[in-house]
Amino acid sequence: MPALSLIVNHPAGLHARPAAEFVKTAVSFPCAITVRNVTDDKPPVNAKSILSVLTLGVNQGYEIEVTAEGERAEEALTAIAELVNNNFGE
Amino acid sequence: MKRYQGLPASGGIAIGPAWVYRPVRVQAERRGVQHPDEEWQRLEEAIHQARVQLEALRTRALATAGEEEAAIFEAHALFLDDVELLARVRQAIFEEQINAEAAVEESFEHYAAMLQALDDAYFQARAQDVRDVKMRLLRILMGVEDSAAAALDHPAIILAEDLTPSDTIQFPRDAILGLATVRGGPTSHTAILARALGVPAVVSVPLDLDAIPAGTTVVLDGDSGEVLTSPTTVVLAAARSKERQWQQQREEATRHAHRPALTRDGHQVEVVANIGGVEDARQALSMGAEGVGLFRTEFLYLDRTDMPGEEEQIEVYRQVFELMEGRPVVVRTLDIGGDKPAPYLDVEPEPNPFLGWRAIRMMDRRPDVLGSQLRALLVAAGQTDADLRIMLPLVSRLDEIEQARALLEEARTSLMAQDVPLPGRLQFGMMVETPAAALLAHHFARTVDFFSIGTNDLTQYTLAVDRTNERVAHLASPYHPAVLRLIAMTIEAAHARGKWVGLCGEFAGDVQAVPLLLGLGLDEFSMAPVSIPAVKEDIRRWSLSLCRDIAQKALELPTTEAVRRYLQEVAP
Repeated sequence: MPALSLIVNHPAGLHARPAAEFVKTAVSFPCAITVRNVTDDKPPVNAKSILSVLTLGVNQGYEIEVTAEGERAEEALTAIAELVNNNFGE
Repeated sequence: MKRYQGLPASGGIAIGPAWVYRPVRVQAERRGVQHPDEEWQRLEEAIHQARVQLEALRTRALATAGEEEAAIFEAHALFLDDVELLARVRQAIFEEQINAEAAVEESFEHYAAMLQALDDAYFQARAQDVRDVKMRLLRILMGVEDSAAAALDHPAIILAEDLTPSDTIQFPRDAILGLATVRGGPTSHTAILARALGVPAVVSVPLDLDAIPAGTTVVLDGDSGEVLTSPTTVVLAAARSKERQWQQQREEATRHAHRPALTRDGHQVEVVANIGGVEDARQALSMGAEGVGLFRTEFLYLDRTDMPGEEEQIEVYRQVFELMEGRPVVVRTLDIGGDKPAPYLDVEPEPNPFLGWRAIRMMDRRPDVLGSQLRALLVAAGQTDADLRIMLPLVSRLDEIEQARALLEEARTSLMAQDVPLPGRLQFGMMVETPAAALLAHHFARTVDFFSIGTNDLTQYTLAVDRTNERVAHLASPYHPAVLRLIAMTIEAAHARGKWVGLCGEFAGDVQAVPLLLGLGLDEFSMAPVSIPAVKEDIRRWSLSLCRDIAQKALELPTTEAVRRYLQEVAP
């Protein structure tokens, strides 16, 4: 199953607008996508659920791990990596 | 006298009677159900209604507070789409066979508790948002009035345990003298809203709400964070003099906003407001609006199952016209489409609602909708001596103007036959929001009295960028030279025919764009009421001749980034 690790550099962490954009990107792909807070070592949650993503409590500088499985999985990971690495378009 | 110390959240002094706000508490009772599918259907309907309510709050916040505040309600709407949350509710209803209320209560609480347990204040604050949305759904499911906030019918200082953003935005604006809450921090939504509304506020005040009878005199100091109840005569007198000082300062700022927007070399432009209803019109006037540049009428048509009657429309238009007392009011006729389905108008979900059967295009199959709106506008304006300016949305073809004008004539003739008084002043114009309209502006300028450029849509259609698609939304900039050239073309074509041009997108409220738009020759700037004082102030620091040079230079630049960089250089 394709997976990748990313560092969230946005000052808000995965909260407010970055969280909403993260989820919107995930929702635009058909595959199952999960995200995990590596820094606090929490179990993975559904990346398409804004509430689940918020409950991860990811702050600035935290490491997250994203996995994708199914149709267009690689493409989804690339899109998410791009979003996070481009600091959510800011 | 009692003295309480809280945290200052929004500056200013307020003195007035206490009004203790106790939100409607709805308690979800858990019971077993025989027909889970019926419960699920009730829930789906409630979610739909909640969405409509949130959209209305968002629009209201956009006009009275600003975009950042409006985003709060957008975030709330996102919770209603949450797949995991909905799966949890579904499971509770179908597997545990419990009622929708209990399923909502338990599922939302699950997430609220998890957020509350995080050790970061920002994440903890989201628990309040989740509960706000939960209460909204429960109130709808249990048929309880949306909010007790609207019950406030006299100016008062509002005291509450806590206030959700939905509560705060729903208090009648004129009735809020000040806000004090027992809970909440200076970065809470309520504090942000209070500042945007210009209302003094104090949070984290250890008030004993049950010990403060309604009507008790309260002094609230939003700068020091102090709240006094039943002040002594001496203290009250001191507070009153401080209040007068603060009010004088405020009046001065507002007076500035009420002065015309003249450039340093004496060129005057009109600064007007975008509104979505009567309340917004009031707010617009207090912020110094010289009229209305965009009156969105969609709210009359949403969240209902039948056409609004003419009487109902007339009443709303009349109220706005009366408030504006002869100032210009540009009314945009219905701009609805597949993104906001309204079955009674035959508007259905479409794969490309922004390229679909919407706005002026509905005139082919449903001329009755525009016809009835035009009649209502004429009647209301005739009763109130309004300076009515009717504006058609999404025009791309010349024959659309002809057909709409024929409907207007038809309405006018039939009203005249009934001896209904008609407005003395009437302009007929169009939005320029398609590249087609801008490119053919020289033809359109012959057939209409004015243009208003809708930069949000013009940008989206010119650059082929869906603003709601997060992966490309950042590309949608009105500073793109292609958009600027279309704006320049439109203004030039209109002026050549002696017609005026307004701009009613977010671009008009963007201080950075002021020299550019002045230089391009824009006659009217229309924006959210809150942006008016700042934009007026900015217009006053420029001279038209300098702006003309700036605009010419900007038009020659190759990229969005180059334009922005250039503007930052000339207007730091």
